[in-house]
Amino acid sequence: MSEVRAEPPQAQWPLYEVFVRGKRGLNHVHVGSLHAADDQMALRHARDVYTRRNEGVSIWVVRSADITASSPDEKDPLFAPSGDKVYRHPTFYDIPADVPHM
Amino acid sequence: MTTVDDVAPELVESFETTIGHHDRIEPRDWMPEGYRRTLVRQIAQHAHSEIIGMQPEGNWLTRAPSLRRKAILLAKVQDEAGHGLYLYSACETLGVSRQQLTEMLISGAQKYSSIFNYPTPSWADVGTIGWLVDGAAICNQVPLCRTSYGPYGRAMIRICKEESFHQRQGYELLMTMMRGTDEQREMVQESVDRFWWPALMMFGPPDDDSPNTAQSMEWGIKRHTNDELRQRFVDMSVPQAEALGVTLPDPELRWNEERGAHDFGAIDWDEFWTVVKGGGPCNAQRIAHRKRAWDDGAWVREAATAFARRSAS
Ligand SMILES: [Fe+2]
Ligand SMILES: [Fe+2]
Repeated sequence: MSEVRAEPPQAQWPLYEVFVRGKRGLNHVHVGSLHAADDQMALRHARDVYTRRNEGVSIWVVRSADITASSPDEKDPLFAPSGDKVYRHPTFYDIPADVPHM
Repeated sequence: MTTVDDVAPELVESFETTIGHHDRIEPRDWMPEGYRRTLVRQIAQHAHSEIIGMQPEGNWLTRAPSLRRKAILLAKVQDEAGHGLYLYSACETLGVSRQQLTEMLISGAQKYSSIFNYPTPSWADVGTIGWLVDGAAICNQVPLCRTSYGPYGRAMIRICKEESFHQRQGYELLMTMMRGTDEQREMVQESVDRFWWPALMMFGPPDDDSPNTAQSMEWGIKRHTNDELRQRFVDMSVPQAEALGVTLPDPELRWNEERGAHDFGAIDWDEFWTVVKGGGPCNAQRIAHRKRAWDDGAWVREAATAFARRSAS
Protein backbone atom coordinates (compact mmCIF):
# COMPACT_ATOMS: atom_id res chain seq x y z
CA MET A 1 0.00 0.00 0.00
CA SER A 2 1.92 3.00 -1.22
CA GLU A 3 -0.05 5.82 0.40
CA VAL A 4 0.20 4.52 3.96
CA ARG A 5 1.88 6.98 6.30
CA ALA A 6 2.01 7.88 9.97
CA GLU A 7 -0.76 9.96 11.55
CA PRO A 8 0.37 13.59 11.67
CA PRO A 9 0.79 15.23 15.07
CA GLN A 10 -2.12 17.72 14.81
CA ALA A 11 -5.61 16.76 15.84
CA GLN A 12 -7.12 16.61 12.38
CA TRP A 13 -9.62 14.32 10.72
CA PRO A 14 -8.12 10.87 10.15
CA LEU A 15 -6.89 9.77 6.76
CA TYR A 16 -8.84 7.24 4.69
CA GLU A 17 -7.78 5.27 1.63
CA VAL A 18 -10.37 5.07 -1.15
CA PHE A 19 -11.02 2.07 -3.42
CA VAL A 20 -13.40 2.26 -6.37
CA ARG A 21 -14.97 -0.50 -8.49
CA GLY A 22 -15.01 1.06 -11.95
CA LYS A 23 -17.78 -1.18 -13.25
CA ARG A 24 -19.37 -4.53 -12.58
CA GLY A 25 -16.92 -7.37 -13.08
CA LEU A 26 -13.82 -5.38 -12.04
CA ASN A 27 -11.95 -5.34 -8.74
CA HIS A 28 -12.00 -2.36 -6.43
CA VAL A 29 -8.83 -0.38 -7.16
CA HIS A 30 -7.04 2.10 -4.90
CA VAL A 31 -7.64 5.62 -6.28
CA GLY A 32 -6.32 7.92 -3.56
CA SER A 33 -6.97 9.17 -0.08
CA LEU A 34 -8.87 11.83 1.84
CA HIS A 35 -9.59 13.10 5.34
CA ALA A 36 -12.95 12.63 7.05
CA ALA A 37 -14.28 12.72 10.59
CA ASP A 38 -15.90 9.27 10.32
CA ASP A 39 -16.64 6.40 7.93
CA GLN A 40 -19.89 7.81 6.57
CA MET A 41 -18.33 11.17 5.83
CA ALA A 42 -15.40 9.42 4.18
CA LEU A 43 -17.79 7.64 1.81
CA ARG A 44 -19.60 10.85 0.95
CA HIS A 45 -16.37 12.75 0.36
CA ALA A 46 -15.01 9.85 -1.72
CA ARG A 47 -18.04 10.10 -3.98
CA ASP A 48 -17.48 13.84 -4.49
CA VAL A 49 -13.72 13.72 -4.87
CA TYR A 50 -13.20 10.52 -6.86
CA THR A 51 -16.41 9.77 -8.82
CA ARG A 52 -17.63 13.03 -10.30
CA ARG A 53 -17.83 11.46 -13.77
CA ASN A 54 -19.30 8.01 -13.24
CA GLU A 55 -15.88 6.54 -12.45
CA GLY A 56 -17.42 3.96 -10.15
CA VAL A 57 -20.33 1.73 -9.16
CA SER A 58 -19.05 0.95 -5.67
CA ILE A 59 -16.69 2.59 -3.17
CA TRP A 60 -14.75 1.16 -0.21
CA VAL A 61 -13.10 3.43 2.33
CA VAL A 62 -10.73 2.25 5.03
CA ARG A 63 -8.78 4.12 7.70
CA SER A 64 -5.16 4.31 6.51
CA ALA A 65 -4.06 3.46 10.05
CA ASP A 66 -5.85 0.08 9.75
CA ILE A 67 -3.81 -1.07 6.75
CA THR A 68 -0.91 -3.44 7.28
CA ALA A 69 1.66 -3.06 4.52
CA SER A 70 4.68 -4.98 3.33
CA SER A 71 7.80 -2.99 2.65
CA PRO A 72 7.69 -1.59 -0.89
CA ASP A 73 11.33 -2.48 -1.50
CA GLU A 74 11.64 -4.68 -4.58
CA LYS A 75 14.34 -6.71 -2.91
CA ASP A 76 12.04 -7.47 -0.01
CA PRO A 77 12.60 -11.05 1.24
CA LEU A 78 8.82 -11.33 1.61
CA PHE A 79 8.58 -11.89 -2.14
CA ALA A 80 11.65 -14.09 -2.42
CA PRO A 81 9.84 -17.45 -2.14
CA SER A 82 8.08 -16.94 -5.49
CA GLY A 83 11.28 -15.97 -7.28
CA ASP A 84 12.64 -19.49 -7.85
CA LYS A 85 9.36 -21.29 -8.59
CA VAL A 86 9.28 -20.99 -12.34
CA TYR A 87 7.22 -24.18 -12.55
CA ARG A 88 4.23 -22.12 -11.37
CA HIS A 89 4.06 -20.54 -14.83
CA PRO A 90 2.54 -22.32 -17.86
CA THR A 91 5.53 -21.40 -20.03
CA PHE A 92 7.74 -23.72 -17.91
CA TYR A 93 6.30 -26.79 -19.73
CA ASP A 94 7.38 -27.88 -23.22
CA ILE A 95 4.41 -29.12 -25.21
CA PRO A 96 4.71 -29.86 -28.97
CA ALA A 97 3.15 -27.10 -31.06
CA ASP A 98 0.79 -29.50 -32.85
CA VAL A 99 -1.06 -30.54 -29.68
CA PRO A 100 -4.37 -28.64 -29.91
CA HIS A 101 -6.24 -26.60 -27.26
CA MET A 102 -3.33 -26.45 -24.82
CA MET B 1 18.28 16.25 8.75
CA THR B 2 19.65 13.26 6.89
CA THR B 3 22.20 14.05 4.26
CA VAL B 4 23.47 11.65 1.67
CA ASP B 5 26.62 11.24 3.79
CA ASP B 6 24.82 9.70 6.77
CA VAL B 7 22.83 7.05 4.93
CA ALA B 8 23.73 3.57 3.85
CA PRO B 9 25.24 3.63 0.35
CA GLU B 10 22.86 0.91 -0.86
CA LEU B 11 19.89 3.21 -0.12
CA VAL B 12 21.39 6.01 -2.20
CA GLU B 13 22.25 3.57 -4.94
CA SER B 14 18.77 2.09 -4.97
CA PHE B 15 17.27 5.62 -5.22
CA GLU B 16 19.58 6.56 -8.07
CA THR B 17 18.95 3.31 -9.95
CA THR B 18 15.20 3.84 -9.69
CA ILE B 19 15.52 7.39 -11.02
CA GLY B 20 17.94 6.22 -13.73
CA HIS B 21 15.44 3.61 -14.95
CA HIS B 22 12.66 6.25 -15.06
CA ASP B 23 10.93 4.10 -12.47
CA ARG B 24 8.84 5.67 -9.70
CA ILE B 25 9.84 6.54 -6.14
CA GLU B 26 7.12 5.61 -3.64
CA PRO B 27 6.42 7.24 -0.24
CA ARG B 28 8.28 4.80 2.01
CA ASP B 29 11.38 4.54 -0.18
CA TRP B 30 14.45 6.32 1.06
CA MET B 31 14.94 9.64 -0.72
CA PRO B 32 17.43 12.50 -0.40
CA GLU B 33 16.17 15.32 1.81
CA GLY B 34 16.55 17.78 -1.08
CA TYR B 35 14.33 15.61 -3.30
CA ARG B 36 11.67 15.50 -0.60
CA ARG B 37 11.89 19.23 0.04
CA THR B 38 11.67 20.10 -3.65
CA LEU B 39 8.62 17.89 -4.05
CA VAL B 40 6.85 19.32 -1.01
CA ARG B 41 7.43 22.83 -2.33
CA GLN B 42 6.31 22.03 -5.87
CA ILE B 43 3.29 19.87 -5.02
CA ALA B 44 2.11 22.26 -2.30
CA GLN B 45 2.41 25.22 -4.63
CA HIS B 46 0.49 23.28 -7.23
CA ALA B 47 -2.25 22.29 -4.73
CA HIS B 48 -2.57 25.86 -3.44
CA SER B 49 -2.93 27.09 -7.03
CA GLU B 50 -5.90 24.79 -7.62
CA ILE B 51 -7.57 25.97 -4.40
CA ILE B 52 -6.91 29.70 -4.86
CA GLY B 53 -7.71 29.24 -8.55
CA MET B 54 -11.36 28.72 -7.66
CA GLN B 55 -11.73 32.37 -6.63
CA PRO B 56 -11.32 34.31 -9.90
CA GLU B 57 -13.94 32.15 -11.61
CA GLY B 58 -16.06 31.66 -8.52
CA ASN B 59 -16.55 35.41 -8.78
CA TRP B 60 -18.92 34.76 -11.72
CA LEU B 61 -20.92 31.80 -10.39
CA THR B 62 -23.89 33.84 -9.24
CA ARG B 63 -23.88 36.01 -12.36
CA ALA B 64 -23.44 33.46 -15.15
CA PRO B 65 -25.61 34.55 -18.09
CA SER B 66 -27.53 31.26 -18.41
CA LEU B 67 -28.31 28.16 -16.42
CA ARG B 68 -26.18 26.12 -18.86
CA ARG B 69 -23.14 28.33 -18.28
CA LYS B 70 -23.73 28.32 -14.56
CA ALA B 71 -23.87 24.52 -14.36
CA ILE B 72 -20.68 24.25 -16.44
CA LEU B 73 -18.85 26.82 -14.33
CA LEU B 74 -19.94 25.13 -11.10
CA ALA B 75 -18.65 21.79 -12.38
CA LYS B 76 -15.35 23.35 -13.40
CA VAL B 77 -14.81 25.12 -10.09
CA GLN B 78 -15.71 21.91 -8.26
CA ASP B 79 -13.09 20.06 -10.35
CA GLU B 80 -10.46 22.57 -9.25
CA ALA B 81 -11.32 21.85 -5.61
CA GLY B 82 -10.89 18.15 -6.40
CA HIS B 83 -7.52 18.83 -8.04
CA GLY B 84 -6.38 20.63 -4.92
CA LEU B 85 -7.42 17.65 -2.79
CA TYR B 86 -5.63 15.06 -4.99
CA LEU B 87 -2.47 17.14 -4.75
CA TYR B 88 -2.70 17.77 -1.01
CA SER B 89 -3.02 14.00 -0.54
CA ALA B 90 0.09 13.44 -2.65
CA CYS B 91 1.97 16.07 -0.66
CA GLU B 92 0.93 14.51 2.65
CA THR B 93 2.65 11.26 1.67
CA LEU B 94 5.89 13.24 2.12
CA GLY B 95 5.21 13.79 5.81
CA VAL B 96 3.49 17.19 5.93
CA SER B 97 -0.04 17.44 7.28
CA ARG B 98 -3.00 19.05 5.55
CA GLN B 99 -3.28 21.55 8.36
CA GLN B 100 0.36 22.59 8.02
CA LEU B 101 -0.13 23.05 4.29
CA THR B 102 -3.18 25.26 4.76
CA GLU B 103 -1.37 27.30 7.38
CA MET B 104 1.66 27.77 5.11
CA LEU B 105 -0.62 29.01 2.33
CA ILE B 106 -2.36 31.50 4.61
CA SER B 107 0.88 32.76 6.19
CA GLY B 108 2.49 33.21 2.79
CA ALA B 109 5.27 30.71 3.56
CA GLN B 110 4.25 28.78 0.43
CA LYS B 111 3.25 30.28 -2.90
CA TYR B 112 0.61 29.64 -5.54
CA SER B 113 0.60 30.48 -9.24
CA SER B 114 0.80 34.24 -9.80
CA ILE B 115 -1.92 34.09 -12.48
CA PHE B 116 -4.64 33.88 -9.83
CA ASN B 117 -3.70 37.29 -8.48
CA TYR B 118 -5.25 38.98 -11.49
CA PRO B 119 -8.89 40.14 -11.30
CA THR B 120 -11.80 38.89 -13.43
CA PRO B 121 -13.90 41.98 -14.08
CA SER B 122 -15.51 40.65 -17.29
CA TRP B 123 -17.59 37.56 -18.09
CA ALA B 124 -15.24 36.97 -21.03
CA ASP B 125 -12.51 36.34 -18.44
CA VAL B 126 -14.23 33.04 -17.58
CA GLY B 127 -13.70 31.95 -21.19
CA THR B 128 -10.17 33.32 -21.39
CA ILE B 129 -9.16 31.55 -18.20
CA GLY B 130 -10.46 28.24 -19.54
CA TRP B 131 -8.72 28.71 -22.87
CA LEU B 132 -5.38 30.24 -21.84
CA VAL B 133 -4.92 29.55 -18.13
CA ASP B 134 -6.16 25.96 -18.18
CA GLY B 135 -4.42 25.59 -21.54
CA ALA B 136 -1.10 26.63 -20.01
CA ALA B 137 -1.77 24.38 -17.04
CA ILE B 138 -2.30 21.43 -19.41
CA CYS B 139 1.06 22.14 -21.11
CA ASN B 140 2.72 22.10 -17.70
CA GLN B 141 0.84 19.11 -16.35
CA VAL B 142 0.91 16.55 -19.15
CA PRO B 143 4.67 15.89 -18.78
CA LEU B 144 4.23 15.74 -14.99
CA CYS B 145 2.15 12.56 -15.39
CA ARG B 146 5.59 10.90 -15.82
CA THR B 147 7.23 12.64 -12.88
CA SER B 148 9.46 10.41 -10.76
CA TYR B 149 7.39 10.59 -7.54
CA GLY B 150 4.55 8.03 -7.77
CA PRO B 151 1.75 9.79 -5.85
CA TYR B 152 2.40 13.07 -7.70
CA GLY B 153 2.31 11.38 -11.10
CA ARG B 154 -0.93 9.55 -10.27
CA ALA B 155 -2.57 12.79 -9.10
CA MET B 156 -1.49 14.45 -12.35
CA ILE B 157 -3.02 11.67 -14.45
CA ARG B 158 -6.41 12.18 -12.78
CA ILE B 159 -6.12 15.94 -13.18
CA CYS B 160 -5.12 15.85 -16.83
CA LYS B 161 -8.16 13.71 -17.66
CA GLU B 162 -10.36 16.47 -16.30
CA GLU B 163 -8.54 19.51 -17.68
CA SER B 164 -9.50 19.13 -21.30
CA PHE B 165 -13.15 19.87 -20.43
CA HIS B 166 -11.94 23.06 -18.74
CA GLN B 167 -10.12 24.32 -21.77
CA ARG B 168 -12.85 23.38 -24.22
CA GLN B 169 -15.67 25.00 -22.26
CA GLY B 170 -13.65 28.23 -22.11
CA TYR B 171 -12.88 28.25 -25.80
CA GLU B 172 -16.49 27.48 -26.66
CA LEU B 173 -17.65 30.32 -24.43
CA LEU B 174 -15.34 32.73 -26.28
CA MET B 175 -16.47 31.38 -29.67
CA THR B 176 -20.08 32.05 -28.68
CA MET B 177 -19.24 35.63 -27.75
CA MET B 178 -17.27 36.12 -30.97
CA ARG B 179 -20.42 35.20 -32.90
CA GLY B 180 -22.36 37.84 -30.93
CA THR B 181 -22.33 41.64 -31.07
CA ASP B 182 -19.38 44.00 -31.66
CA GLU B 183 -19.47 44.79 -28.00
CA GLN B 184 -19.12 41.12 -27.08
CA ARG B 185 -16.20 40.70 -29.50
CA GLU B 186 -14.54 43.69 -27.88
CA MET B 187 -15.02 42.11 -24.48
CA VAL B 188 -13.22 38.98 -25.66
CA GLN B 189 -10.32 40.92 -27.15
CA GLU B 190 -9.98 43.09 -24.04
CA SER B 191 -9.88 40.00 -21.84
CA VAL B 192 -7.30 38.23 -24.01
CA ASP B 193 -5.19 41.42 -23.93
CA ARG B 194 -5.13 41.27 -20.14
CA PHE B 195 -4.48 37.54 -19.75
CA TRP B 196 -2.01 36.70 -22.53
CA TRP B 197 1.18 37.91 -20.85
CA PRO B 198 0.32 36.63 -17.35
CA ALA B 199 -0.49 33.25 -18.97
CA LEU B 200 3.03 33.15 -20.47
CA MET B 201 4.43 33.89 -17.01
CA MET B 202 2.72 30.76 -15.63
CA PHE B 203 5.64 28.69 -16.90
CA GLY B 204 7.94 30.41 -14.43
CA PRO B 205 11.14 32.41 -14.84
CA PRO B 206 13.33 31.96 -17.95
CA ASP B 207 15.73 29.01 -17.91
CA ASP B 208 18.80 31.14 -17.21
CA ASP B 209 17.08 32.50 -14.10
CA SER B 210 15.66 29.21 -12.83
CA PRO B 211 18.33 27.78 -10.53
CA ASN B 212 16.39 24.66 -9.45
CA THR B 213 15.49 23.38 -12.90
CA ALA B 214 18.66 21.38 -13.56
CA GLN B 215 18.45 19.46 -10.30
CA SER B 216 14.70 18.89 -10.71
CA MET B 217 15.28 17.45 -14.17
CA GLU B 218 18.08 15.24 -12.92
CA TRP B 219 15.70 13.84 -10.32
CA GLY B 220 13.00 13.34 -12.93
CA ILE B 221 10.62 15.68 -11.09
CA LYS B 222 10.48 18.01 -14.08
CA ARG B 223 10.71 16.67 -17.63
CA HIS B 224 11.05 19.95 -19.59
CA THR B 225 12.43 23.41 -18.88
CA ASN B 226 10.18 26.45 -18.37
CA ASP B 227 11.15 27.97 -21.71
CA GLU B 228 10.50 24.73 -23.63
CA LEU B 229 6.99 24.51 -22.22
CA ARG B 230 6.34 28.22 -22.80
CA GLN B 231 7.37 27.87 -26.44
CA ARG B 232 5.09 24.87 -26.86
CA PHE B 233 2.19 26.87 -25.40
CA VAL B 234 2.77 29.84 -27.72
CA ASP B 235 2.91 27.55 -30.76
CA MET B 236 -0.34 25.85 -29.74
CA SER B 237 -2.16 29.10 -28.95
CA VAL B 238 -1.44 31.03 -32.16
CA PRO B 239 -3.68 28.95 -34.48
CA GLN B 240 -6.35 28.81 -31.76
CA ALA B 241 -6.35 32.62 -31.56
CA GLU B 242 -6.66 32.79 -35.35
CA ALA B 243 -9.60 30.40 -35.40
CA LEU B 244 -11.24 32.47 -32.69
CA GLY B 245 -10.59 35.75 -34.50
CA VAL B 246 -8.68 37.53 -31.72
CA THR B 247 -5.28 39.22 -31.85
CA LEU B 248 -2.65 38.17 -29.33
CA PRO B 249 -1.25 41.41 -27.86
CA ASP B 250 2.34 40.99 -29.03
CA PRO B 251 3.58 42.90 -32.10
CA GLU B 252 6.73 40.75 -32.20
CA LEU B 253 4.84 37.47 -32.40
CA ARG B 254 5.62 35.77 -35.73
CA TRP B 255 6.49 32.42 -37.23
CA ASN B 256 10.20 31.73 -37.49
CA GLU B 257 10.71 29.36 -40.40
CA GLU B 258 14.27 28.55 -39.37
CA ARG B 259 13.41 27.55 -35.82
CA GLY B 260 10.11 25.97 -36.79
CA ALA B 261 8.54 27.91 -33.93
CA HIS B 262 7.05 31.31 -33.13
CA ASP B 263 9.23 34.17 -31.97
CA PHE B 264 7.61 36.33 -29.36
CA GLY B 265 8.26 39.55 -27.44
CA ALA B 266 10.04 39.98 -24.12
CA ILE B 267 8.12 39.12 -20.98
CA ASP B 268 7.95 41.73 -18.24
CA TRP B 269 9.74 39.79 -15.51
CA ASP B 270 9.59 42.75 -13.14
CA GLU B 271 5.82 42.42 -13.18
CA PHE B 272 6.12 38.68 -12.57
CA TRP B 273 8.36 39.09 -9.52
CA THR B 274 6.20 41.90 -8.14
CA VAL B 275 3.13 39.64 -8.27
CA VAL B 276 5.01 36.63 -6.86
CA LYS B 277 6.22 38.76 -3.95
CA GLY B 278 2.70 39.82 -3.06
CA GLY B 279 2.30 43.05 -5.04
CA GLY B 280 -0.23 41.84 -7.62
CA PRO B 281 -3.70 43.36 -7.90
CA CYS B 282 -5.45 40.64 -5.85
CA ASN B 283 -2.82 38.90 -3.66
CA ALA B 284 -4.17 40.27 -0.36
CA GLN B 285 -7.79 39.63 -1.34
CA ARG B 286 -7.14 35.99 -2.34
CA ILE B 287 -5.41 35.10 0.92
CA ALA B 288 -7.92 36.99 3.03
CA HIS B 289 -10.75 35.06 1.35
CA ARG B 290 -9.03 31.71 1.90
CA LYS B 291 -8.37 32.58 5.53
CA ARG B 292 -11.98 33.60 6.07
CA ALA B 293 -13.23 30.31 4.60
CA TRP B 294 -10.78 28.37 6.80
CA ASP B 295 -11.72 30.28 9.97
CA ASP B 296 -15.45 30.16 9.25
CA GLY B 297 -15.17 26.40 8.73
CA ALA B 298 -13.51 25.76 12.07
CA TRP B 299 -16.76 25.06 13.93
CA VAL B 300 -17.84 22.57 11.24
CA ARG B 301 -14.56 20.65 11.54
CA GLU B 302 -14.87 20.62 15.31
CA ALA B 303 -18.53 19.60 15.30
CA ALA B 304 -17.87 16.72 12.91
CA THR B 305 -15.01 15.50 15.09
CA ALA B 306 -17.19 15.70 18.22
CA PHE B 307 -20.01 13.84 16.46
CA ALA B 308 -17.65 11.10 15.29
CA ARG B 309 -16.25 10.71 18.79
CA ARG B 310 -19.72 10.48 20.33
CA SER B 311 -20.98 7.99 17.72
CA ALA B 312 -17.93 5.79 18.28
CA SER B 313 -18.40 5.49 22.05
FE1 LIG C 1 -7.04 22.16 -12.15
FE1 LIG D 1 -8.62 23.40 -14.69
